[in-house]
Amino acid sequence: MGILEIKNVGKRFGGLQALGDVNLSVAENTVHAIIGPNGAGKSTLLNCLVGKLIPDTGSVTFQGQSLLGRSPHEINQMGVSRVFQTPEIFADLTVFENVMIPCFAHRDGSFKLNGISAIRGQNDIKEMAEAILMDVNMIDKRDMTASSMSRGDKRRLEMAMCLVQEPKLLLLDEPTAGMARADTNNTIDLLKEIKEKRDITMAIIEHDMHVVFSMAERITVLAQGTPLVEDTPENIKGHPKVREAYLGEAQV
Amino acid sequence: MLGLEKKDTSLLIIVAILTMCAPFILNPFPTGSAMAQFNAGYPDLMQRFVIFGIFAIGFNILFGLTGYLSFGHAAFLGVGSYSAVWMFKLLGYNILPGIVLSVITSGVFALLIGYISLRRSGIYFSILTLAFAQMSFALAYSVLTPLTNGETGLQVYNSDPQYFHSDALPNIPHLFGQEMQSTFKLELGAWSFDFNTGYYICALIMLVMFYLAIRIFRSPFGLMLKAIKTNQTRLNYTGLNPRPYTLAAFVISGMYAGLAGGLMASMDPLAGAERMQWTASGEVVLMTILGGAGTLIGPVLGAGFIKYFENIFSKINDTVLHQWFAFLPDGMEDFLIVIIHPFVGKGWHLTLGLLFMAIVIFLPGGLVEGGQKIAQKFRGSKAKDDTTATDSTPAE
Amino acid sequence: MDVIILQLLNGLDKGSAYALIALGLTLIFGTLGVVNFAHGALFMLGAFCAVTLQRILSLSFETIDPTKTDFLGNPAKVKTPYLESWFGPEMGSSIIDWSVPLAILFAIPIMIGVGYIMERGLIKHFYKRPHADQILVTFGLAIVIQEVIKQFYGANPIPTPAPDMFKGSFDFGVLLGFDPNAVIYPYWRLVYFSFAAVIIAAVFAFLQFTTFGMVVRAGMADRETVGLLGINIDKRFTIMFGIAAAVAGIAGVMYAPINSPNYHMGMDFLVLSFVVVVVGGMGSLPGAVLAGFLLGILESFSSMNQIKQILPGIDQIIIYLVAIIILLVRPRGLMGRKGVMED
Repeated sequence: MGILEIKNVGKRFGGLQALGDVNLSVAENTVHAIIGPNGAGKSTLLNCLVGKLIPDTGSVTFQGQSLLGRSPHEINQMGVSRVFQTPEIFADLTVFENVMIPCFAHRDGSFKLNGISAIRGQNDIKEMAEAILMDVNMIDKRDMTASSMSRGDKRRLEMAMCLVQEPKLLLLDEPTAGMARADTNNTIDLLKEIKEKRDITMAIIEHDMHVVFSMAERITVLAQGTPLVEDTPENIKGHPKVREAYLGEAQV
Repeated sequence: MLGLEKKDTSLLIIVAILTMCAPFILNPFPTGSAMAQFNAGYPDLMQRFVIFGIFAIGFNILFGLTGYLSFGHAAFLGVGSYSAVWMFKLLGYNILPGIVLSVITSGVFALLIGYISLRRSGIYFSILTLAFAQMSFALAYSVLTPLTNGETGLQVYNSDPQYFHSDALPNIPHLFGQEMQSTFKLELGAWSFDFNTGYYICALIMLVMFYLAIRIFRSPFGLMLKAIKTNQTRLNYTGLNPRPYTLAAFVISGMYAGLAGGLMASMDPLAGAERMQWTASGEVVLMTILGGAGTLIGPVLGAGFIKYFENIFSKINDTVLHQWFAFLPDGMEDFLIVIIHPFVGKGWHLTLGLLFMAIVIFLPGGLVEGGQKIAQKFRGSKAKDDTTATDSTPAE
Repeated sequence: MDVIILQLLNGLDKGSAYALIALGLTLIFGTLGVVNFAHGALFMLGAFCAVTLQRILSLSFETIDPTKTDFLGNPAKVKTPYLESWFGPEMGSSIIDWSVPLAILFAIPIMIGVGYIMERGLIKHFYKRPHADQILVTFGLAIVIQEVIKQFYGANPIPTPAPDMFKGSFDFGVLLGFDPNAVIYPYWRLVYFSFAAVIIAAVFAFLQFTTFGMVVRAGMADRETVGLLGINIDKRFTIMFGIAAAVAGIAGVMYAPINSPNYHMGMDFLVLSFVVVVVGGMGSLPGAVLAGFLLGILESFSSMNQIKQILPGIDQIIIYLVAIIILLVRPRGLMGRKGVMED
């Protein structure tokens, strides 16, 4: 039984069947990639996992608990973090403040009125935030305003914000979209490093085959809202059905 | 000190010194001189400075930090005033119960309105708060007349119970016998300074409220509010529920408004529905923006600035203008007066509107940002040297 | 029954004003994406166009009439409008009498001009700024316009009568078989309602059947795409702003005889019109019109004595109450498109 179990999930937008009948199991401590051509339903699936969309049919369980009907912040509190296609960070705040916020969420839960105690005095939070910034090599940028950084740094910051909460499952939505090759490689290295250091499960939605094959331990190919095939990267590469549906155009 | 950073402590101390010495600072001109019209050191005006300061500080906690623009905050001011006057009517003229009740009722009221309004954001939130405030205004004039005394306004009558009133106590608002209206006049040569009890009580309360606001700004709660303004999506996916935070901010700022309303009634025991009208809500928005939304000192500056110029501009009439420009040739004098006339006296609101537009267009950060820009210009040459120095540091 | 019809009719004229202002607000919001808090001021400017024209037309010169004396015994001064001396007393006085309808012709170019200047000079710079900034700057502008009008016309309402022909009331009661005087309705309000209906129809026809309207509608649906097609959408939006201003203006002109114009009438109507827009659905033109009439009629019904006895004060707050319920239950409004500023 995997850490994340998706059973018979279907989602319909008006006349469009976005997800047919998706069954997927993500094993603990693996990197699981979900690939597929545009419009295959990857993003819809992801949104069903994090509580942004509610699937019409089926069930989604995380560590045996159902995720359906829970709001994004509740799902996050259960240990699921999400990295967005375009980095979602607190653009007006400093890098250090950005990472402190998830630290508070990790320590205090989804709401705690800390109205009077000064941030200055929260040494445990500060240490946590500093440690994660060290981890992602951003400690020298701690006082920069987040919006003034490069896209690569924003991505790095977003990852740091997710990781500091010590999630059990990290969902990555095209983490290298729109990046230069060098930045892409840096991101891959960062992710690999993270994987080495922690017990973490990653589910990656990705277009870039280079990223997928250099990281994933299992790959699910999604086409027209249903999983086409699920296997190891080696087998996927040679799979005729996949070549036909997807890889042929991608020119790996 | 007081659990604040050095920078904030010095800010608090500066504000404390300024408010405590306000009777001197605001009366820089000798009483008899022609410039005396620019003096602002009389009790009534000074009270308004600090009371609106409290109102704006509270509004800033909501608007400045979370970015939720409420157009209905005057409703809380009105509720606060009504509560305080009711306490005067029932218990007696001691202002303490009145102020306590005004904070409590406005808090409850804010909780109710906030709970509903905060289910929407952006412009919808603004319109919802506006609708609630207008509704309260309309109700205060009609159905709630037994509570609000309608158009006459709520005031204390001789026939009111005033259970704790005794003949030994003054028959006007007081704090344990200290009358709000009592003023000590200090004559120093040509100068005269007024030290008013009511002002000092309001000023002390404002300082406490300002201190509280600094604590909120520097607390994890304040950080969450700033996060709400920047990116609610990320906040959601960070496991935090924005709604209780915004609601808490709404209630806190509503309580600040209620406190201001209570103090207003304590200085002058009268409460009218016009305090709840949306133009009054607009005024506090204006003060906050003008001073600098999201900054600590901005709202206080804005409130002082608007109330000061409201007072000065409203007093200037054509006779005053003639005095000013008497040195000019007649034609020039008349011409200048014709030009200036629409903007002064009763035309103060026109000036205010223009000022407001100018601030939003050219200086969205308000006076604080303007001050920073000027300071930067002055330090310009020095700062340039600094950057070149860092630039020339060889890369690793 | 007669009471119900009476309230229905009473609701129509206020509803017409709401609908016309809300229509303009929606046009501006839909095309330009701007929340215009100064729209009520445009309505007020329209009403003052009527006042101004009436004053211009009644400009008079004084002559001394030796046959009459005033109460002090001096020879009386008689004012004669220039128009009467130019066109003869009858023609002249009837022109003055008709000054409100004539003011429409006078107001249209003025309001289009005002709208044009407003859009090019101010609003244009706020397309990319947050909605809060748009609200604030137009709020400031509304104060300025209001105060300028106050400088020129004073703070008191200025009675601006309708043409004599439309004084008096129409007796619907007799027409519908009730007692005489049971359902009477002033002629001018009837005129106002018909006029509003015509204007609304004209705006819809314009958007539906002209190329210009088609482009604007496309722009409302998806601004960027139309821009890519090489159509100069910005220029069209400017014109659209002018039209919206003109609609608000002439709505104000015609409203002048119903309620004597004063400088704060714009603000009074604006708050309610915003509520109307929200109830109708942000960005939906039919929604704005529907909600305008609906709320006008609802307001009129809730001011009936029978209802006020059960729910005192309900007439004061009914519109806000409806808005609050709508926003919570169906945030996109009665006819709003899904996803338009829903959160």
